[in-house]
Amino acid sequence: MTQLATREAAKARQDDVQRRGRRLGWVSLGLGVAQLAAPDTVRRISGVDDSPTTRAVVPLVGARELVHAAGLLTSRRKSVWAWTRVVGDAMDLASLGVAIAHRSGRRRRRLVAVTGAVVGITVVDLLTAVRATRAQKIGSAPTVRGSREGGPMELTATTTIRKPPPKVYAFWRDLGNLPTFMAHLEEIRTTGDRTSHWSASAPFGTNVEWDAEIVDEAPGEKIAWRSTGNADVPNAGTVRFVPAPDGLSTEVHVVLSYDIPGGAVGKAVAKYFGEEPHQQLDDDLRRLKQVLETGQVVRSDGAPWGKRARKEFPQRPAQPLSDSELAKGADA
Amino acid sequence: MRANTWAGRNKVKVRDVPDPKILNERDAIVRITSTAICGSDLHLLDGYVPTMQDGDVMGHEFMGEVIEVGPGVDPGRLRIGDRVVVPFPIACGACGACAAELYSCCENSNPNAGIAEKMFGHPVAGIFGYSHLTGGFAGGQAQYARVPFADVGPLKIESDLTDEQVLFLSDILPTGYMGAEMCDIQSTDVVAVWGAGPVGQFAMDSARALGAAKVIAIDKEPYRLQMAERAGHTPVNFEEVDVRSRLLELTGGRGPDKCIDAVGMESSHGSAHVHAYDRIKQAVRSETERPHALRQAILSCRSGGIVSVIGVYGGFLDKFPAGAWMNRALTLRTGQCHVQRYMKPLLQRIERGEIDPTRVITHTLPLDQAERGFEIFKNKQDNCEKVVLKP
Repeated sequence: MTQLATREAAKARQDDVQRRGRRLGWVSLGLGVAQLAAPDTVRRISGVDDSPTTRAVVPLVGARELVHAAGLLTSRRKSVWAWTRVVGDAMDLASLGVAIAHRSGRRRRRLVAVTGAVVGITVVDLLTAVRATRAQKIGSAPTVRGSREGGPMELTATTTIRKPPPKVYAFWRDLGNLPTFMAHLEEIRTTGDRTSHWSASAPFGTNVEWDAEIVDEAPGEKIAWRSTGNADVPNAGTVRFVPAPDGLSTEVHVVLSYDIPGGAVGKAVAKYFGEEPHQQLDDDLRRLKQVLETGQVVRSDGAPWGKRARKEFPQRPAQPLSDSELAKGADA
Repeated sequence: MRANTWAGRNKVKVRDVPDPKILNERDAIVRITSTAICGSDLHLLDGYVPTMQDGDVMGHEFMGEVIEVGPGVDPGRLRIGDRVVVPFPIACGACGACAAELYSCCENSNPNAGIAEKMFGHPVAGIFGYSHLTGGFAGGQAQYARVPFADVGPLKIESDLTDEQVLFLSDILPTGYMGAEMCDIQSTDVVAVWGAGPVGQFAMDSARALGAAKVIAIDKEPYRLQMAERAGHTPVNFEEVDVRSRLLELTGGRGPDKCIDAVGMESSHGSAHVHAYDRIKQAVRSETERPHALRQAILSCRSGGIVSVIGVYGGFLDKFPAGAWMNRALTLRTGQCHVQRYMKPLLQRIERGEIDPTRVITHTLPLDQAERGFEIFKNKQDNCEKVVLKP
């Protein structure tokens, strides 16, 4: 199925759930209003008008029904509210069971009839709740980004630099320049015409290294590379240098794909500690632009560490650094 | 050095902080001789601009003497000993925005561009002393300041004009001027300006300098309206009269041809219930602005007119009169001032005596009294219009 078809099917399922949920909401509203407005009639029909406790219990059940109704009629999260109805049904069935055990004759017959009706409603509630829960799981699937799951992650980013393509290409092709603007890269050593050795820092102070080779290139237009051998973080990337419509700037389009160590868990933990890969690649390209257009990565008092800044917050206060902070550098 | 710093909502504090140092090759260090408190500093003080931190050095209107330059500063452009006015937006001079003279949208000068992008969709330039959203740069209400891209922004003052005559080239004079320039003023135009604070006053003066037939000042502080009246503009006090009726009367029922909002996110409203509506929504942060002035400007402007917005907005507002704006063919123009674009031509106007920026100064205080300066400026005590601080 195409992604679009999947999404449409999910939407149809979601619409159905919303409709069913609302229907249950109206049922709750009707029951709640009846139990609150005419509790004695409800008690007589149910055959429990002989017990003074039910005078208190019936309006309470009515109030609970109104809560179900409010949730089902106003919230889109039908699954949660349908399940509250199932819980309510269980409570009702338990009370009815107790009531039946204590009665006989006409009252008992009425109670059994009411219990039958409640069992029927319970089945409907249960089906709706299960369906709503499933629709929610399926419905959300297409919106989950690949980065939540394990397996390779693909990142894309783009920027426009006010320098001609041959110049931007030449800067990137001299791979030793990459660590000046890419946050994680420590060093790239050229080992041959198309081969190189990369080292990068990973979360929690660890280090990863790998060999890479350029697999495709067109001077002034494109460079594609991938890691070789037994890399800790198998990765590949392509960068394209496209002339911008103004005739003097370059659009830089980057696609990176890599396997983050630790799979889905590793990614989640890294994210928790502020390492958001998409954001970082965007920031990497912003720094590339700064270096090419202005000569250096721009520093401020609040964010003085250039490419070493891993997180946007917390920052230093926007006041000048002391000599010792300046001496300690990014590790201060 | 001594510096005025943000110390939490509604609190500033003059403290000792380290002296600034060169961090980038094209930085300069300026010894500040005059600096000022801006109306937009009050938005920071009141806590309506996110990402302020305790200890942030405030201030984005300053001038002084260059005492140190980084190795990358072109000596043909700036040298030690130069007397300079520093524009509030930090601009690299090399990106697409700078090439288009949109300096306050510089693509390279904000190290926190990622944060600004989340808030505004695209990043904005770094600004001195103006939250971490605009870079986290220490500001100029201090004895010294570090000025990045020093060979691009700072304007050298080579004549013997006083600090007071040129200081406001850093922000409020160009900002007011740009507000008027965006109005594309014709000789037949009636221009209404909401807000008679310093920026509003300069917008009025600029509108007249650009040839407007009549300039109207709208405010509620009698002393600010008197200041505008003394400069030849027509005052309207929104606490005393209905603004719409008065504007219709002053324009033969047409409405002002051009309207300038020089108020921004913390405006007040003559009508208590409308003010309460926005004040409450702003207090619970369900809108960040109180946009009465903007709403009124849009509703008042004649059909086909221009509404120019130079008052600062930071986030989201409610009840934007989109119907009036669209159906009556209004043009909305806005922007943080691209100061670098206007400094030289405005310096010439000052030299020729066409504009007198000193007319808004009501208070001059030592830097150590910055707290008092903020207090009287915010609360409009002692007829305060503009405070200049001397480090």
